[in-house]
Amino acid sequence: MSTIHPDAPTRHPVADSDQVTEGGRHIVDLDAFTIGLFRFKGTLYAYENVCAHQGGPVCQGRLVHRVVEMLDEAQRSTGAVFDEDELRIVCPWHGAEYSVATGMHPTQPDFSLRAFPVDEEGGTVYVTV
Amino acid sequence: MPTTGAAATPHATQEITTRTDTREILANAHRDTVRYGLDDYYIVDVDSHHVELDSWPDVIARIEDPVLRDTGQQMVRNWPGAERTALTTFASGMTHQDVGGRVLHQAALAEPVDETDVHRDVTLVRRAMDAMSIDIQVVFPQPMLEIGLHPNKQVAAQLLMAYNSWFTETILGADPRIKTMLGLPFDSPEATLRTIRMYADHPGVIGFLMTSQRSVGVYRNEYMPIYRELEERGMPLGFHAGPNQNDSMTSTMNRFLSAHAMSFVTCNMTHMTNWVINGIGERFPNLKVIWIESGLAWVPFMMQRLDHEYQLRQSDAPLLKKMPSDYMRDMYYTSQPLEVTDLGLLESTFRAVDAENTLLYSSDWPHWDFDVPGRIMSIPFLTEKAKRNILGENARGVFNL
Ligand code: FES
Repeated sequence: MSTIHPDAPTRHPVADSDQVTEGGRHIVDLDAFTIGLFRFKGTLYAYENVCAHQGGPVCQGRLVHRVVEMLDEAQRSTGAVFDEDELRIVCPWHGAEYSVATGMHPTQPDFSLRAFPVDEEGGTVYVTV
Repeated sequence: MPTTGAAATPHATQEITTRTDTREILANAHRDTVRYGLDDYYIVDVDSHHVELDSWPDVIARIEDPVLRDTGQQMVRNWPGAERTALTTFASGMTHQDVGGRVLHQAALAEPVDETDVHRDVTLVRRAMDAMSIDIQVVFPQPMLEIGLHPNKQVAAQLLMAYNSWFTETILGADPRIKTMLGLPFDSPEATLRTIRMYADHPGVIGFLMTSQRSVGVYRNEYMPIYRELEERGMPLGFHAGPNQNDSMTSTMNRFLSAHAMSFVTCNMTHMTNWVINGIGERFPNLKVIWIESGLAWVPFMMQRLDHEYQLRQSDAPLLKKMPSDYMRDMYYTSQPLEVTDLGLLESTFRAVDAENTLLYSSDWPHWDFDVPGRIMSIPFLTEKAKRNILGENARGVFNL
């Protein structure tokens, strides 16, 4: 029997806190949903494992910091570096990148991941679906 | 807020790697199958790929020329890495398609395969077809699509013919759902005709291919017997685009994105221009021509550009009896990579190319910019008939499936 009722959001225990490591991910199946749990700079995030592009398994992709191109004062490129203040989840189907902290594509506002409320209490992570 | 004890279980695959099963990588395509009822659609995928370099020593063993064959086999035996690249120009140090390890199915499908009754690639193709609800899949190689850039044309022809021999005996025929359009050794019109005559009756061969990255003018008189042969046999000629990071334009480009965006289109733009302006559509009106893996956005550009020039310079194209764009609408186009960032432009493009009757769905799996069939189903302005035509019915007609 389905445990998810769209009209009655419910808080579900989905993982032990230590399964969602800092800078890492833990993906769970909950009823018909597959949900990616992420922890970045101490904050938890939960997203449905469905990419806004063509529906790919976004949460199962590579976690990598944002690439930024550095310019000097004369606007000359001095090369690319990783910005360790922004962690990205990369959809493995075609490479669309989303900020873990916002669930948003960097430049396309209509590309965003479906987020679920997530919290933790007593060593357990809860997602509200 | 109620709290339940509903059981959540860790997802079996936490991260997709090169060793992840194709069925797991593509599991989300099942959502489209359910949402759009794709099992009720006849879906023909006109462009997908297997990795021939995984079987390269077996291809080398089929080279006709005994001296070249021995040279290749000695390379395989003696040179580190040559078991995947002997005699080719394939440069593994230049492979940026996987976006720096972000799209790994492009880098390798290194998953376990237990089936032993068929070649491993047959199993991989079947897994992808089943995951995407595809009924027929046209399978092409990968680096062999760039064989036109090989500096030694005799070697290029020998390699292509060896690959064709291996592919038709090893992959084709193992599953009736797997088809191909075989690459033609275009540098040798004689070898090209021989290839057509050798393989045209193979049940898995449903057309032939000009690999578009090559510097030849498709109007050259020695090619006319090739077009006649294909026209008489009712078999399509495809132009399959490919990458080139070292032509006069892309050699100025410092990012793979730039070279990929341009070179996959400019090669077909060049051949299309020569084809149309030299009136080849007038000479062989029943020859079916398919433009593969260039997307669609280039087509209205070419239509407007060539129409504009032809209005003013008919003496440069004396064989034409209608506008260049009319000839372009007589041809067929595969859909991937479908540029869908502006639906208004996409709708105009579909109208310009008469997409309902000329567009053929293609996935390009397992490349980084592949399209699932749901891509077509999600286009809001298409009628149900147009969706069915694009996903499979147009291909059924083109290929007599
Ligand atoms: S489905 Fe995620 S990038 Fe395309």
